[in-house]
Amino acid sequence: MAFVEGDFRAHYISMTKRKRLYGGMLLSFFILLMVSGFMLADDRNAAGFWDGLTQIFDFPAAVWADTAPKLDQLPGHIATYFPALVETINIAAVSTLIGAIFGTLLSLLSTRGLARWPRAIPIFRRSMDMMRAMPEIVIALMLIFILGGGPVPAMIAIAFHTTGALGKLFSEVNENADLKPVEGLSSVGASWFQRMYLGIIPQVLPNYFSYALLRFEINIRASAILGFVGAGGIGYELKNAMSWGKGKFDEAAAIFILLFATIVLFDQLSSMVRNHLSAKGGH
Amino acid sequence: MAADIYATTDLRAHVDGLFLRKKLIALGLPLLVLGYLVYVFFAFDIMGLAQRARMDNAMTLAADMVSYKTHVTRDNRSGTTTVAIEGERKGQYPDGHLPDWVRMDGGNTFINLGADHQVTFMTDGSLLLRVPEFGEITAKMDGRSVVTNLPADVPNWINLSKTRLAITTDAGRISFTRNKTEVFNYAPGWELFFFTFDSPYYGAGILDILFGARIDPDRMNIAGALADFWHNKMWSHGQVAWALFETLLMAFLGTFGAAIISLPLAFLAAKNFTPLQPIRFALRRVFDLFRGIDGLIWTIILARAFGPGPLTGALAILLTDTGSFGKMFSEALENVDGKQIEGVASTGAAPMHRYRFGVIPQITPVLLSQVLYFFESNTRSATVIGAITGGGIGLLLTQAMITQKDWEEVTYYIILIVLMVMLMDSLSGWLRRKLIKGE
Repeated sequence: MAFVEGDFRAHYISMTKRKRLYGGMLLSFFILLMVSGFMLADDRNAAGFWDGLTQIFDFPAAVWADTAPKLDQLPGHIATYFPALVETINIAAVSTLIGAIFGTLLSLLSTRGLARWPRAIPIFRRSMDMMRAMPEIVIALMLIFILGGGPVPAMIAIAFHTTGALGKLFSEVNENADLKPVEGLSSVGASWFQRMYLGIIPQVLPNYFSYALLRFEINIRASAILGFVGAGGIGYELKNAMSWGKGKFDEAAAIFILLFATIVLFDQLSSMVRNHLSAKGGH
Repeated sequence: MAADIYATTDLRAHVDGLFLRKKLIALGLPLLVLGYLVYVFFAFDIMGLAQRARMDNAMTLAADMVSYKTHVTRDNRSGTTTVAIEGERKGQYPDGHLPDWVRMDGGNTFINLGADHQVTFMTDGSLLLRVPEFGEITAKMDGRSVVTNLPADVPNWINLSKTRLAITTDAGRISFTRNKTEVFNYAPGWELFFFTFDSPYYGAGILDILFGARIDPDRMNIAGALADFWHNKMWSHGQVAWALFETLLMAFLGTFGAAIISLPLAFLAAKNFTPLQPIRFALRRVFDLFRGIDGLIWTIILARAFGPGPLTGALAILLTDTGSFGKMFSEALENVDGKQIEGVASTGAAPMHRYRFGVIPQITPVLLSQVLYFFESNTRSATVIGAITGGGIGLLLTQAMITQKDWEEVTYYIILIVLMVMLMDSLSGWLRRKLIKGE
């Protein structure tokens, strides 16, 4: 009796109206935030947005102008910088590998039901959060001060961050793992390490692999950027090539091509492999 | 048939084969990883690195992070002596307010470095130093060269050349040259972190500021203390806060700008919304291109056009993420449930309404979750990009690191960056849970 048709209708309409009002308020607040943020950033930038927009193609044009007459030298430049590219990829690969190994360990130690020391779970979780929050550049610059330039500071810095990032993703995977094999193994007296290696790892490996691959792709980009601040590899060469200045951008062009090709290649490769893995239903 | 295939011996051979394969993989994979690590060990020249590593730099870094040094400097030309934190003008002790381990008497300056180490700057410009278990060292300038009472072969904590005497002890460092005599005294902590010497609140306790009598007659205690803290000349907290804000701004503008731009493009790149294959193909290649031109390259290109600043960083993030979002959004759109759209269409809704009520509610949680995840990771990227383009906390960090002496400031920035990223991490996690699960 309480819900006579008129009442019901009025109630529904008022609710829709309120929902629209909230949505509209949220949207306008967001738009306000974007616009004011943009104006602030524009204000604090050296050159304004609208001035810069007209110059956006100046640099690519300059690079092309330097490269076009010496197009025949481009393959030579590419060959010259190829070892630096290999170094960048190596940095990414090793740091992904190390990050995955330590991430696996940390994730197992911080998953409920699997942890070796259940009481220490919060400690491992927090330490993973800390590692994830540490931007690579911080560690890289400090290590450059101690170890000098080269690939190792970048490798350690990326591995450190990767450990935290992969650890978190891995522990989410672990939570969905079936615990029956672990119970079976513990009933025959297997040690913690054996329980994990034989009972859990085979279940989660495809998902781990998929996440590690995605991370590898991200790490290639990170290792190129870290090179630019002095940590070796193709980024370092790019910085040098950029410093030759106008009229000599042809070497920078070669590096741009290499970097672009590498990123596209690994991007496509990793999405292909991941699609293949998920098509198999992650086993 | 079945019995034929799974005859006992066949099955056995089959299983043996499977086991062999498993064993090979179980052995081979770790071997492969090990082999690769060995290759990298040599490719990265880890052996050479051990020799090149500057452990003294590491010690300086570790010590400087948690301690500060006070310079007692005498300008040997003018004869004036100053005492200053980190040797900076901004940290100079005002006249008549010297730390208790420095005493000026007539022309002499007596410095007590602790542990019975005594240094005296004499009126005539010479230096007198008392080191326990070693004795007294005197040094003075004779023309252009340093004359001391030291024997010809000095212990390794003393470095003596014709123009310079440098002594490093556990209590502090002393350097003596023609131009100036300097003593560095190390103490734990971050001195002047809250207030510099020119602030009336220097040395006041928190309770005095909150509940005590008015320290500066012109200002309320709390307001005055906050203002002096904010404008602290040594640590410039206000500038640091601005820099942090700028970094967040870059990430915010870049991520959400990219999301706004790529959402309509994603509709055009999704199979079930755009039947025209060439458009889809072209857009997908555009997304690949924007993603493939890495953030680094975008940063370089944009820095040339827009100059240093937060806008450049925001645009670099925006362009890279437009590629990523375009791809992810269009994939999400291809996976939407057609039934809801049909349902909306059956009520006679126009295409715009079909999208608004049939599609958007389905994909919003997925999209928002991805965008928030990117926002969080972009706060980290914005630090690096800021270091390259010259904006935000990344710039402050690299500047402090390049001088290679303000390690306590570097530590301060690092702590703030990590706190900021962790805060964003929990904020985005909280929002994602709230939006998706509606908790």
